[in-house]
Amino acid sequence: MTSAPLPDTAPAAGPASDNSAPASSGTVCRLALDGEAATLALARRLAPLLRPGDVIALRGDLGAGKSTFARAVIRALGVEGAIPSPTFTLIQSYDLAPGGALEAVHHADLYRLADPEEVIELGLDDLLAGGALLVEWPDRGVGFLPQAALTVSLETGSKDTARVAVLEGDEQWYDGRWSGLTQ
Amino acid sequence: MKILGIETSCDETAVAVVDDMAEGADRLKANIVLSQIEDHRKFGGVVPEIAARAHLRHLPGLLDDALAEAGITLDDIDAVAATGGPGLIGGVMVGVTMAKGLALAADKPFIAVNHLEAHALTARLTDDAAFPYLLLLVSGGHCQLVLVEALGRYTLYGTTHDDAVGEAFDKTAKLLGLGYPGGPALERMAEKGAPGRFALPAPMVGRPDLDFSFSGLKTAVRTQVQKLGDAITDQDRADLAHAFQTAAVTSLADRTKRALDRALREAPDLTALVVAGGVAANKTVRDGLSAIAEKQGVAFLAPPMALCTDNAAMVAWAGLEKARRGDRDALDFKPRPRWPLDSLTQRHPNKGQGEN
Repeated sequence: MTSAPLPDTAPAAGPASDNSAPASSGTVCRLALDGEAATLALARRLAPLLRPGDVIALRGDLGAGKSTFARAVIRALGVEGAIPSPTFTLIQSYDLAPGGALEAVHHADLYRLADPEEVIELGLDDLLAGGALLVEWPDRGVGFLPQAALTVSLETGSKDTARVAVLEGDEQWYDGRWSGLTQ
Repeated sequence: MKILGIETSCDETAVAVVDDMAEGADRLKANIVLSQIEDHRKFGGVVPEIAARAHLRHLPGLLDDALAEAGITLDDIDAVAATGGPGLIGGVMVGVTMAKGLALAADKPFIAVNHLEAHALTARLTDDAAFPYLLLLVSGGHCQLVLVEALGRYTLYGTTHDDAVGEAFDKTAKLLGLGYPGGPALERMAEKGAPGRFALPAPMVGRPDLDFSFSGLKTAVRTQVQKLGDAITDQDRADLAHAFQTAAVTSLADRTKRALDRALREAPDLTALVVAGGVAANKTVRDGLSAIAEKQGVAFLAPPMALCTDNAAMVAWAGLEKARRGDRDALDFKPRPRWPLDSLTQRHPNKGQGEN
């Protein structure tokens, strides 16, 4: 295992947790990811935990690896072929094979939104009925985006490819899912 | 034949009229894109809006303007075409519903056009490009190599694994503090850059497939910017911009050369390399690609920029080509947020589009 919880960090040390996207009564965990492989392993642990209606907020600066992380989650859910960036299209949707927990997984990027209200254009109510949503730049949709079940914030680590992932889960993640993610 | 075209699938609200009783660009009887209207340009241009209600607000006025500019009424039109996807569902719905309403009211056929197919056929409107040709579509949202064999017959050669090249230009410009969208700003900065100071890896070069990937290049720029820190100078930015552009163009050129080799094997009567999309405005990109086409002995075509970015003339033209073939769509056509270009090829070539 190349990722490990950082024991000595205060729970409230998560970055930019000052708006409505992260859970209010949640748990915070910091994971050191010492390279891209560790980041991808975290994505692979997250994928099987997803349930219909889940909104996963992905935060981090440009180039921090939000899309790479989202792509790894989508790939782990069994999607083959290209997983292009949703920056221009705002949202990319992927139907999943029948029999799994999710009918579809959706990948959104709100970077280009001029107004949070434009989240309405994505038609999320329909998409979340049987699917889960991975959303980058969630702050740009604040007030119009459903509350995130889990927020993953990627921060730059000690070397080029290292990252620190700050995970903030709401009460749904206590329900048997937290340990699957952090261990 | 005169066709009215409507485009609302993303940022632009646009209406156009094309007429095939003319040659080349004269076929364009009206071509109005909201963000390019002179009145708006004076004030620095309107900010494109993705909201369906913005498309709805602007569409009736643009429709009146387009018909007036073409000097015709709705009765003179032979069919009404609208982008039916892919795109944002709300916007597409506005355009499709408007087109259906007009078609119903004026008793004309309605034609749903695939937005990517419209880009693919633009060179036939502007330059009478003959099938088959190889299309490189490079914009903020698309990065694809497509063999355009015939109307309705498209083979996707390659696409991006992550970012489109225009998006990589925009995001790199943002990392360098050049603003967003920043493709043209990055190009200007690169002109002042010293070659060779930063060596950024050209993505995908040498790989046997024809795909693209620009996410890693963007991250490489980010790493360099972080290393330079607060002491970054304009010359650093220019040198990095130059390195980025060189790597991006090297990658595009490598992929396109390989695609041309394959296209010439599969379609020896290939007529041209066509490049479309906003990135074709970049001179270094354009020069790199035209050199490849020249080496392979095929013509290089790049439609005028106003027809390379999103517009309704291309939608009207694709509608016209389909109308000539006798295509029309039922008024219960459902907008298609997802509609891959090569999925059109599965269809029976002589059948109307209908729901599929």
